[in-house]
Amino acid sequence: MSVLTPPRSAQSQPPSSRNADRAAGARENFSAWANQHRKWLFAAPAMIFVGVLIIFPLAWTLYLSLTDSQGSVRAASEFIGLENYVTVLSDVERFWPAVGRTLTFTGVALVCEVVLGMCIALLLWRPFRGEKWVRVAILLPLVATPVAVGMMWRLIFDPNIGFVNQLLGMVGIPPQPWLSGQDTALGTTIFMDVWQWTPMVVLILLAGLTSLSEEPDEAARMDGANAFQRFFFITLPLMMPTVIVAILLRGIDALKTFDILYATKGKGGGSFHEVETLNVYAYGLSFDYNQYGLSSAVLILFFMIIIGSMWLLTMRKKAVSK
Amino acid sequence: MTVLSENTEHTEKTEPRSATPARPAPAPRRRKPLGTRAYKAFRVAALIAVVLFLVAPLFWMLLASFKTNVDIYDTGKSFFFTPTGENYANVLQRNNYFVFIFNSFWVAFVSTVLSLVLGVPAAYAMSRFTMHRSALVVLMARVIPGVSLLVPWYYVFSNLKMVGGFEVLILSHMFVSLPLIVYIMMSYFDSLPLELEESAQVDGLTPIGAFRRITLPLSVAGMATAGILSFIFSWNNFMFALVLSGSKTKTLPVAIFDFVSYASIDWGGLMAAATVVTVPIMIIALFTQKYIVSGMTAGATKG
Repeated sequence: MSVLTPPRSAQSQPPSSRNADRAAGARENFSAWANQHRKWLFAAPAMIFVGVLIIFPLAWTLYLSLTDSQGSVRAASEFIGLENYVTVLSDVERFWPAVGRTLTFTGVALVCEVVLGMCIALLLWRPFRGEKWVRVAILLPLVATPVAVGMMWRLIFDPNIGFVNQLLGMVGIPPQPWLSGQDTALGTTIFMDVWQWTPMVVLILLAGLTSLSEEPDEAARMDGANAFQRFFFITLPLMMPTVIVAILLRGIDALKTFDILYATKGKGGGSFHEVETLNVYAYGLSFDYNQYGLSSAVLILFFMIIIGSMWLLTMRKKAVSK
Repeated sequence: MTVLSENTEHTEKTEPRSATPARPAPAPRRRKPLGTRAYKAFRVAALIAVVLFLVAPLFWMLLASFKTNVDIYDTGKSFFFTPTGENYANVLQRNNYFVFIFNSFWVAFVSTVLSLVLGVPAAYAMSRFTMHRSALVVLMARVIPGVSLLVPWYYVFSNLKMVGGFEVLILSHMFVSLPLIVYIMMSYFDSLPLELEESAQVDGLTPIGAFRRITLPLSVAGMATAGILSFIFSWNNFMFALVLSGSKTKTLPVAIFDFVSYASIDWGGLMAAATVVTVPIMIIALFTQKYIVSGMTAGATKG
């Protein structure tokens, strides 16, 4: 086959030789070789790139987590076995609260986003006038820069000059501390996450809804089921795989949320670590306190939490899809 | 990819309500519209509430960016005030945001192009040869917390004297872009029929030739989707630039973050800066809406 097509791609041309015929022959040989091995020729560059940038750092993190590395990454460090893990796992002041906050943040945000997202997706399911504008509105939070979004909410939730407290004042509710309150900060950041990412859940669920077949719903309608019954007994079960995909995609990012937390509360998740999730904690250990050994142990544990929850969800999805 | 087809679906369902439910539906039709007035009114109200919820904060940010700091502190001037462009002049000129805008653009652009060059052939191979395990390796990158990569990266790149240069930033952003592009393009290639390539090969093209002349031209929409999303994610990326950028390569998100490290917050300037970051990306999003939606939902409905 290679004889029929002159190899054109730049990569298939070896440096020119004195003998043109031999060069052409070599090119054809190369073309034949390239076509035969295209599977790995195509996939290898990307995989090597990812491999070098991930596998190696990950292995290094694993190694660092077993050492007492701190101060400067270049400073000598000693192998101390699992000591970092013992320290981290017995740390009830920073680590376990951070685990709790990570799970609370992710859990609450996910529930709100999926419930709200499903409601909005159902609203948008049927065509209506002005649909275009609603779709634009849905897109805007999704593409907004998280750091800028964090700054925006900082102004809106400011206890003194923020618009939210102004609104509350109008209906007679006393001003709340929001982001600056020790108990309210985490909830406020969850709200921000819901604002920014519910649209993504809406888009995914809407894609799922539009691909549903009509018949089961139609049949239930003929049997006299009302809208709620049809939703809970027909649409929702059919949508379960899509819902789980949405939870999976959103959950991974929610667990790793960093930008808005760091932008609104700064280092250590605020002065009382109100919003210090695992990611913020690990970042602080690494780059604010240079405790590389400890932070690596935290990261490995964090990574295991992420993989574990993903695995659980994938299992659930398989069960639902059957 | 399902969302791409949804415009056509919407046009075919404007049929009137049928009076007899027992009538067999001849054409593929959607549910009957839920006709009651109350429901319609509720739906309109709910939609308005949704739009307000999503847009009002952004609108507030825009308003504040045109206010003087005195007006921002004056709750009586929430909506009625004399707009000023001073915040923008401040941000763009005095704080040199044009440099940051260029940096953000350049990093996002180059990392997207390079990721497409690496990612599209890889996605093709992984889709056509069903290399699920290889795909998993690439997609792992979406799962790993970025911090765990930053320490080793920082170590290696600072030894190579590369921290603070564009190369490191571009590399680190490619780490986000590449898995995204592979993911989106894989589901795109999966949906592309094999027959076209096969017949091209029967007509004498080599497999690689068929990929270049048949598959690639057919995948422009998919690549646009992947490219736009990758650009947006890179533009918005904060953590990698926070660690790896230097004073010359600072990107917009980091520049905004630095804005608040001063003693008292210049709210007007901060909101102007936040607007400067978000508006370009929103304008891009408005013109490429269809692609963004299909990218965000890629692979979500395969079941």
